[in-house]
Amino acid sequence: MSLLEITGLRANVGDKEILKGLDLTVDAGEIHAVMGPNGSGKSTLAQVLAGNPAYEVTGGTVRYGGKDLLEMQPEERAQSGMFLAFQYPVEIPGVSNAYFLRAAYNEMRKARGEDEVDPLEFADIMEQKLALVDMDPAMLQRSVNTGFSGGEKKRNEILQMAVLEPKLAILDETDSGLDIDALRIVADGVNALKRPDNATIVVTHYQRLLNYIVPDYVHVLANGRILKSGGKDLALELEEKGYDWLTGGSTAAVGAGAA
Amino acid sequence: MSSSIESLISQEYQHGFVTDIESDTLPAGLSEDVVRAISARKNEPPFMLDWRLKAYRRWLSMKEPHWPNVTYGPIDYQAVSYYSAPKTKKPLGSLDEVDPELLATYEKLGIPLTEQKVLSGVAVDAIFDSVSVGTTMRTELAKHGIIFCSLGEAIREHADLVEKYLGSVVPYSDNFFAALNSAVFSDGSFVYVPKGVRCPVELSTYFRINSADTGQFERTLIIADEGAYVSYLEGCTAPKRSTHQLHAAVVELVALRGATVKYSTVQNWYAGDKEGNGGIYNFVTKRGKAAENSKISWTQVETGSAITWKYPSVILQGDNAVGEFYSVAVVNNKQQADTGTKMIHIGRNTKSTIVSKGISAGEGNNSYRGRVQVLPKAEGARNYTQCDSMLVGNRCGAHTFPYIEVGNNSAIVEHEASTSKIGEDQIFYLKARGLSAEQAVSMIVSGFCKEVFKELPMEFALEAQALLGITLEGSVG
Repeated sequence: MSLLEITGLRANVGDKEILKGLDLTVDAGEIHAVMGPNGSGKSTLAQVLAGNPAYEVTGGTVRYGGKDLLEMQPEERAQSGMFLAFQYPVEIPGVSNAYFLRAAYNEMRKARGEDEVDPLEFADIMEQKLALVDMDPAMLQRSVNTGFSGGEKKRNEILQMAVLEPKLAILDETDSGLDIDALRIVADGVNALKRPDNATIVVTHYQRLLNYIVPDYVHVLANGRILKSGGKDLALELEEKGYDWLTGGSTAAVGAGAA
Repeated sequence: MSSSIESLISQEYQHGFVTDIESDTLPAGLSEDVVRAISARKNEPPFMLDWRLKAYRRWLSMKEPHWPNVTYGPIDYQAVSYYSAPKTKKPLGSLDEVDPELLATYEKLGIPLTEQKVLSGVAVDAIFDSVSVGTTMRTELAKHGIIFCSLGEAIREHADLVEKYLGSVVPYSDNFFAALNSAVFSDGSFVYVPKGVRCPVELSTYFRINSADTGQFERTLIIADEGAYVSYLEGCTAPKRSTHQLHAAVVELVALRGATVKYSTVQNWYAGDKEGNGGIYNFVTKRGKAAENSKISWTQVETGSAITWKYPSVILQGDNAVGEFYSVAVVNNKQQADTGTKMIHIGRNTKSTIVSKGISAGEGNNSYRGRVQVLPKAEGARNYTQCDSMLVGNRCGAHTFPYIEVGNNSAIVEHEASTSKIGEDQIFYLKARGLSAEQAVSMIVSGFCKEVFKELPMEFALEAQALLGITLEGSVG
């Protein structure tokens, strides 16, 4: 059984259809890169998988760990080990990062039938996790994402990922807005968290991140569908040739026949 | 019903919450005879009756104020009973007597019957309907010369202090509801902390309205003598009733030279049902008078009541006096709140801080109303006001009515205000981390209120946070 099995997924934002019959299968132990031009539906895919109510699923199925993902609430998905690293992490003023992280961590534990950890136990856990993303412990006392720089926000997402240890992590444009040092820190964190029993979907526009996170599979998403799948070399080919050679000159012009 | 609740309820009575107190309820209606009857039942000295009668006569000439930004039907003052004492030895500990929904609320809070929790390190005066039913830790306090008792008892035992200070901050003529209270108040708490004494424990009053169709008119008087310190907590609950009940209380704080009074409230009167039936009308006058180098600090968390109308204020009379007001007011369903503060700067170098957090959900309406007044002689006065509103959903309202009057050129007055809407994106972000919608809202709102919660004593802060969660339950998807 695959960890994630997406078949014929269709989704709308408002009246506009963004995903138009997308298929994707991810197994444990794998890293998949989903690449594509702006507006191709990459972020929509990430948001739909996480269960954002702003996106309406109009067709297709998604099986996650053998369960019907689309029937699950966002929090159930998270509690079942799904994690979305947000492209635009949200600010929660007045709530400390430490408090928020512990609350989330404890929800995961509760879902697994384990006892909650108290703040002292949690501080020990955090010590190792902070090192993984090279983060100053002072960040834990700041309000969630509030006043963080773009790079700090992204690192904070990876910190959360390190704490929550997901089965399936989806990184939505985590590389955007990062300088090369931050990019390396983020990538090192992701690589360190890789295990045979988890999987990662890296959603990105650029090949750059894939120099640091080496994918097992690369998929090109355009106009709401996977146009082409391949190995890591496909990413390099895309870097070299752009997306146009796949989408027939203009992404906007890609019709149903292009698939 | 869980057995832990049961044990906590029965525990309550080990602490004497219902004791041998005269059982009696006056018939509905208000007249001079009723005022005399109340005074007689409480064996009050003549000065008290005179004061009540003056207040009553004054009240007759006053009109109910309608300037607050709230709406409600006419109140029939003759339909209210002005005195009710609990029926003696009525077994209120039995669960049948307590509204199951109220118990469920406590169960959800995880703090079944708050006063129990507070009792460990705190001295408590419990006001049940109109009467104080017990004050704890009095001998311990007496060692320090601290008087903590019901106001009724203080009127009999410490008449000199009461006569000197009662009405010295909120005169009976102050406003319609204060006049009504002055005429018919039945009990309340009294605190006196002598010169230079730091009160070693938190003092607390737990107010509860129980009977139907009675008004509650308690009156609290706290005096911190020169250099003294006292921290006082007030908690309130009432059972669900389908009719509105009037609660018109008065609180007076006196901080003499160099004294500090910290007054914290967690107000959770019954708010009425979703359609706005029932609930408490919470029309309260709270004010403190701060002498030279003294400090008065109000912290309030207002989650209950159908209508809240109150402005805990500070008259900064002496030089270098400090006034603070930290407030969280939450309205949900059809609740209305018009609350804020007045800071009256009279002395030189007086300072005041106002931090108000208003949260509106459902069809609730929340107004901040504040007055900062710097009198001509208040050289070097400073005020900082921060007034933030948060909206949950799109059928609620937030309003701000700040009044600033500055009569001295050297004064510095700052006012900051913001309005934000609780974001779907914030809720989704937290849900994507495994938190339920309710946990998410509670976390976002707690974060919004953080600056106020940190002013509350620890146990109250936890209670307040839990209450917010319950008040806002069902306010999102």
